[in-house]
Amino acid sequence: MTADILHRPHRVWRLGADIDTDALAPGHAMKHGIDVIAKHCLEAVRPEFASEVQPGDVIVAGPSFGIGSSREQAAAVLVQLGVAAVIAPSYSGLYFRNAFNLGLLLLTCAEAETLNDGERIALDTTVPVVVSPGGARLACEPVPGFLMDMVRAGGLMNQLRQRGGSPDPQKASNV
Amino acid sequence: MTFNVPGRALAQTLAQKLIARASGRAQVAVGEIVTCGVDMAMFHDSSGPRRLQPMLEELGAQIWDRSRVVLVMDHYVPERDDDSRRIVRIARDWAREQQLPHVYDSQGICHVVVPQHGHIRPGMLCVGGDSHSPTGGAFGAYMFGIGSTEMLGVMVTGEIWLRVPETIRMWWDGALPAGVTAKDMMLHMIGRFGMNGGRYQAVEFAGPAVAALSMQERMTLSNMSAELGAQAGLIAPDATTAAFLAQAGAPPVDMAPWFTDEGAALTHHRFDAATLEPYVAAPHSPANAHGVSRYLGTHVDVAYIGACTGAKLDDLRAAAQVLRGHKVAAGIRLIVAPASLHDQERAREEGVLQVLMDAGAELFPTACGACSGYGDPMGDGITVISTTARNFKGRMGSPTAQVYLGSPYTVAAAALRGCVTDPREVLA
Ligand code: SF4
Repeated sequence: MTADILHRPHRVWRLGADIDTDALAPGHAMKHGIDVIAKHCLEAVRPEFASEVQPGDVIVAGPSFGIGSSREQAAAVLVQLGVAAVIAPSYSGLYFRNAFNLGLLLLTCAEAETLNDGERIALDTTVPVVVSPGGARLACEPVPGFLMDMVRAGGLMNQLRQRGGSPDPQKASNV
Repeated sequence: MTFNVPGRALAQTLAQKLIARASGRAQVAVGEIVTCGVDMAMFHDSSGPRRLQPMLEELGAQIWDRSRVVLVMDHYVPERDDDSRRIVRIARDWAREQQLPHVYDSQGICHVVVPQHGHIRPGMLCVGGDSHSPTGGAFGAYMFGIGSTEMLGVMVTGEIWLRVPETIRMWWDGALPAGVTAKDMMLHMIGRFGMNGGRYQAVEFAGPAVAALSMQERMTLSNMSAELGAQAGLIAPDATTAAFLAQAGAPPVDMAPWFTDEGAALTHHRFDAATLEPYVAAPHSPANAHGVSRYLGTHVDVAYIGACTGAKLDDLRAAAQVLRGHKVAAGIRLIVAPASLHDQERAREEGVLQVLMDAGAELFPTACGACSGYGDPMGDGITVISTTARNFKGRMGSPTAQVYLGSPYTVAAAALRGCVTDPREVLA
C-alpha cells in the first residue's frame, strides 16, 4: 500500500458496534488458508462484503471493533481483501496489536459513526484525519511513525524481511 | 510528549512507571503508543524454537542478546511419541547451536521455573511466548504474552511496541479465612467480570489481603489475569518479593520506585477477603464461577493437582493439609503433577509429598501434562476437578470430559469425599 492510495477517495463500508473476530474470520473457515477465510469475511453481518469490496475501500464501525479471540486472521483477512483502513471510535486491545503487526491501519476516530455507508471519503494519514464527503475533517488519534512504517511495509514480518534481519537504528527515535 | 515539571509530576500507575522506564521516558500517558526495550524474553518448546528457528534462518538474523533469552522445555516433556520427540529435539538442538545461556529442560513449567531462577525482577519489561505470561507481573515487572511473529521481532530487534494501558485496580480488604486462597479470589473476580473483564488493560492487585499473600499465591493471581482478559496482572513488590528473589539468587533490586501513586487515574474495584468462600468454576468456562455451595455433592472421577496455576509448593502444602492422615475416596484418582522440580524436592523434604502419596496420589512429571491435554489426557465422559486455569471444552483432552476448577484445598477435599466438597468442612 502506498501513501498515494491513502489519499484517493475511499468507499465506506459502514458497520455497527462490537464487530467481533468471529464475524471477521468465521470459526468454520479457520482451518483454511487466508484466501478462503477472506471469502467468508463478515458474511454474518454483510453477506455481499467479501465479493464486492474493492482494494482501497475502508470499514467504518462503531466502538469495540475486533473484540473476541486473539486470532490474527481477523486482521489478516482485511489486508487480504485490500481494505485501506478501519475507522472506529475504539478497538479491542489485542486486535489493535494484531492489526498493525499484520499491516492493517486502524484509525481511532471519535466521530467515526457520523459517516454513512457507500460514502466516499479521503484520508490524510499524516495528521491523521478523515475528510467526509461534505468536507468535515474528523480528527483521529495520532499513529506513531514507526507503526505507519509497519503498515506501509505490510506488517512486522515484511518489515523484518526488508531490514534483512538487522535492527533499524531509526526505530527508537521515530517514537 | 509529556513534560516532567519538577514537583508537579503527574500521578502515575505502576503500569505507566514500568512502561516509561522501558521506553526511556519520564512519564507516559494512557493510550500513548511507545516502543519499549525488552529486558527478558521467555518461550517454551511449543511456542519457541520450532517456530522461531525457521523464521530467523529465513531472515538471516541473529538473536539480539542471548543473555536476555530464557528457554524452558515443559509442554512436550517427557516425550511420549514421535511428534513430541521431534519438537523437543528441535528445541534442544537449537539451544545448543545458539549457545543459549538460560535453558531449563524438564525442570518444570516455565511460569514457575523462570521466576524461581530470578529472571523476573521488579522494574523489568518482559515478554513471554505463552498466554499465562502475566504471571511475571507478581514480581512488579510488566510482563505479557505475545505470538510467534512478535517474538521473532523481539529476537531480532530487542524491542516491542505497546499501547500504554489503563489500570483496573482490584483492591482486597480484610484477611482470607482458612481454606480460602488466591485461586478463589481469582475465580470470584473472573466470575464477576467475565473473561473480557480486563479489556486487555493492566490489572493491579492490591490491598491488605494481597500484601498478606505468599509470593506463590501472588503468582496465582497474576497467572489467571489471562482468564480475566488483561494484558498484564501487576502486584507492587515488597519485602515478600525481595525475600523470594534473594532465595532465587537474583541480584538485589531497588523496589522503591515500583508502586501506583496516590491519585493516579484508574478504575477501582473493592472486595472483602474475609467474607470470600471457596469458589468453583463449572464446565466449560473459568467465568462460570460460583461459591462452592452451589456444586456440593457433584460426583468427580479425577482430582488433578497440576499446572503453573495450581501445583506450586504452596498449592501442594494446601492439598496436604486436607489429606494428612486420610485416603482418597474409593474409585477416585488423585493426580499430582508438581509445577517444578524445585517445588517437588521442597515438598519431599517437608514431608508434604509423602502425605499426598500416603493418601493415594499418583505422582506425574513436573510438566504441563494434562493441563493442555498432553500426555495422559482425561478420558471420555469423566468428571474432573482441577487446580488448573482453564476448563474449556476439550482442554484436558476429551471434549466429553466435564472439568471443574477449584483451589488445591477444594480439589483435595473432592478427592477425599469423591464429590465437590467445601474444604472448610474437611479442615475443621
Ligand atoms: S501448566 Fe497449563 S496453563 Fe501453565 S503453561 Fe503449561 S499448559 Fe499453560
